[in-house]
Amino acid sequence: MIRYIIRRVLWAILVLLIVVFLTYMIFFLLPSGDPAVRLAGKNQTPQLLAQIRQQFGLDHPWYVQYFLFLRHAFFGDQYGWPGLGLSFTLKIPLKGIIFSRVAVTAQLALGAAIVWLVSGISIGILAALRPHTFADRTAMGLAILAISMPVFFLGPLALYIFWFKLHWLPGTGYYPLARYGLGPWFSHWILPWCVLAVLYAAFYARLTRSNLMETMNEDYIRTARAKGLPEKRVVLKHGLRAGLTPIVTVFGLDLAALLGGAIITESIFNLPGIGQLTVQAVGGQDLNTIAVITLVAAVFVVVANLVVDILYAVLDPRVRYD
Amino acid sequence: MPDPLLEVKDLKVHFPTEDGLVKAVDGLSFTLKAGETLGVVGESGSGKSVSFLTVMGLIGRKSAIIEGEVLFQGQDLVQMTNEELREIRGAKIAMIFQDPMTSLHPFYKVGDQIAEMILAHEDIPKKEAGQRAVEMLRRVNIPQPDERAEQYPHEFSGGMRQRAMIAMALSLNPDLLIADEPTTALDVTVQAQILGLIDRLQSEFNTAVALITHDLGVVAEYCDQIQVMYAGRIVEEGTADDIYYRPMMPYTWGLLRSIPRLGHELDRLTPISGSPPSLIFLPDGCTFSPRCPYVFDECHVVEPDLLPVDGHHAARCHLSLEDRERIVRDEVLATT
Repeated sequence: MIRYIIRRVLWAILVLLIVVFLTYMIFFLLPSGDPAVRLAGKNQTPQLLAQIRQQFGLDHPWYVQYFLFLRHAFFGDQYGWPGLGLSFTLKIPLKGIIFSRVAVTAQLALGAAIVWLVSGISIGILAALRPHTFADRTAMGLAILAISMPVFFLGPLALYIFWFKLHWLPGTGYYPLARYGLGPWFSHWILPWCVLAVLYAAFYARLTRSNLMETMNEDYIRTARAKGLPEKRVVLKHGLRAGLTPIVTVFGLDLAALLGGAIITESIFNLPGIGQLTVQAVGGQDLNTIAVITLVAAVFVVVANLVVDILYAVLDPRVRYD
Repeated sequence: MPDPLLEVKDLKVHFPTEDGLVKAVDGLSFTLKAGETLGVVGESGSGKSVSFLTVMGLIGRKSAIIEGEVLFQGQDLVQMTNEELREIRGAKIAMIFQDPMTSLHPFYKVGDQIAEMILAHEDIPKKEAGQRAVEMLRRVNIPQPDERAEQYPHEFSGGMRQRAMIAMALSLNPDLLIADEPTTALDVTVQAQILGLIDRLQSEFNTAVALITHDLGVVAEYCDQIQVMYAGRIVEEGTADDIYYRPMMPYTWGLLRSIPRLGHELDRLTPISGSPPSLIFLPDGCTFSPRCPYVFDECHVVEPDLLPVDGHHAARCHLSLEDRERIVRDEVLATT
């Protein structure tokens, strides 16, 4: 098992290196502005530009810049460890803001995750246990409707109804718990959580339903009933346990992808997370920030893959010994 | 004369489907006495599995139209509620299935699965249930049962898994064990072991056994009574001697003739011509008539009743007894 984990970790590092490499390559292949010009700001002189280029290594070829970025990331730079450098658009060290941005995105992702897991999975279970009934067809129909409604439609619609018209909820923005207390913090999170969760809940409901229906047709369910077990136990202990295992995998990957930034949701609800930072960085051609965000997002995905694989082995004994 | 353990009276199990009404079991009647072994032989679609799944209550009134009576120890199982049936399942009537790999839950240890069944019916501490599970594994000749109880089904071989299933089924000392094709998924050498095991345990536990199979060879050695099923009905029943030495129905002849024998010079096997009938559109008259080499006019019009031939031996055929005896002597026994 240990060898397996070490091997996976080494592969993970390789993947991260390649991902950042590709980011650098894409950035330099696309026609773009000159980062030095961005950094210099309004009052530019050729000497200032040259100085900036030299200071930030912008006069090197792109693959050398990539290498420098990696070296700084692993060994630190003038701003501390990990050396994530400077944001060219915000002109402050990235180390400070990355973590606070990730914290906001994490609150969004985790809150939405709880909403979609609870609602999606329970609806899926109810539908699976009453297949082809009115309740089942309605639930699945609504699910398809929800999947078809993108966040950039649902978000403004929800704001319009619940904030603008009904005044039930406050508007956009992020109100940190420490400073504003539970009320404002929570009331400003309800809409973003629910809007982001809708799509996932629908997907998880359909996934749970089909997995559980398939599981309930398995031979071991027939055996469980033949043993004289109560139906509740047959469904929960024998059916769900097997039916939900694939969902654990999917959930890990979904969560990891979200932690890399829910760009649209953060933009609509004005949440200062990684997603919003990405939009700013790409718009401002802030290569350094883009590279750092890409690295952070890739780390989440790679770690999630590893965790999910290990978790699957914990849940399914058949996977363990190969 | 003690009451029979199981008395099935004119059982009908019909499934409404989009294509029509599937008459899986269409008038099945038999009795089974305590401690007896009944062999149920038939092709796929003969209704042999469906009939016993219905006895267990695993096919209920929600999925099928059920008529007739299934009297177990005097009580009609067809009329019972789910809760009443649940108490009987496992404790009084147990069932083992064809494929032990998929019949055991892959995520739980074998010992736990056996203990779970015990705990569902008896209020004893978990530890005691676990010990009884290990003891059952020992009784089915699984070596190192205490270690094996801590393992998962995929760590067992096929034969061992079926032994574990048998251990589980017998753990509450049921009055009836239904074995639905228990050896079909196993190697031939393991088949003999498993059947021998069931036979030995049956006398130890004094359990009645219903052995369902498509293999006539399997039932010969172990069964007190054999019934041959076709299209949801019994077409012949009797002892093993009756069926093998004095078969009285063309379908049985076909089954006997299609068994390959060592030492016979044959280029190819002799199958029964045609294919099993659609259970939605059963033929008029005798259900076997489309495939019967001895068919005549009466067979297409009137369905033959199950008439006694000799003692408890009965068969469903319009041919006269003399004709049948002649055919058996000249054609069937000569080639088998």
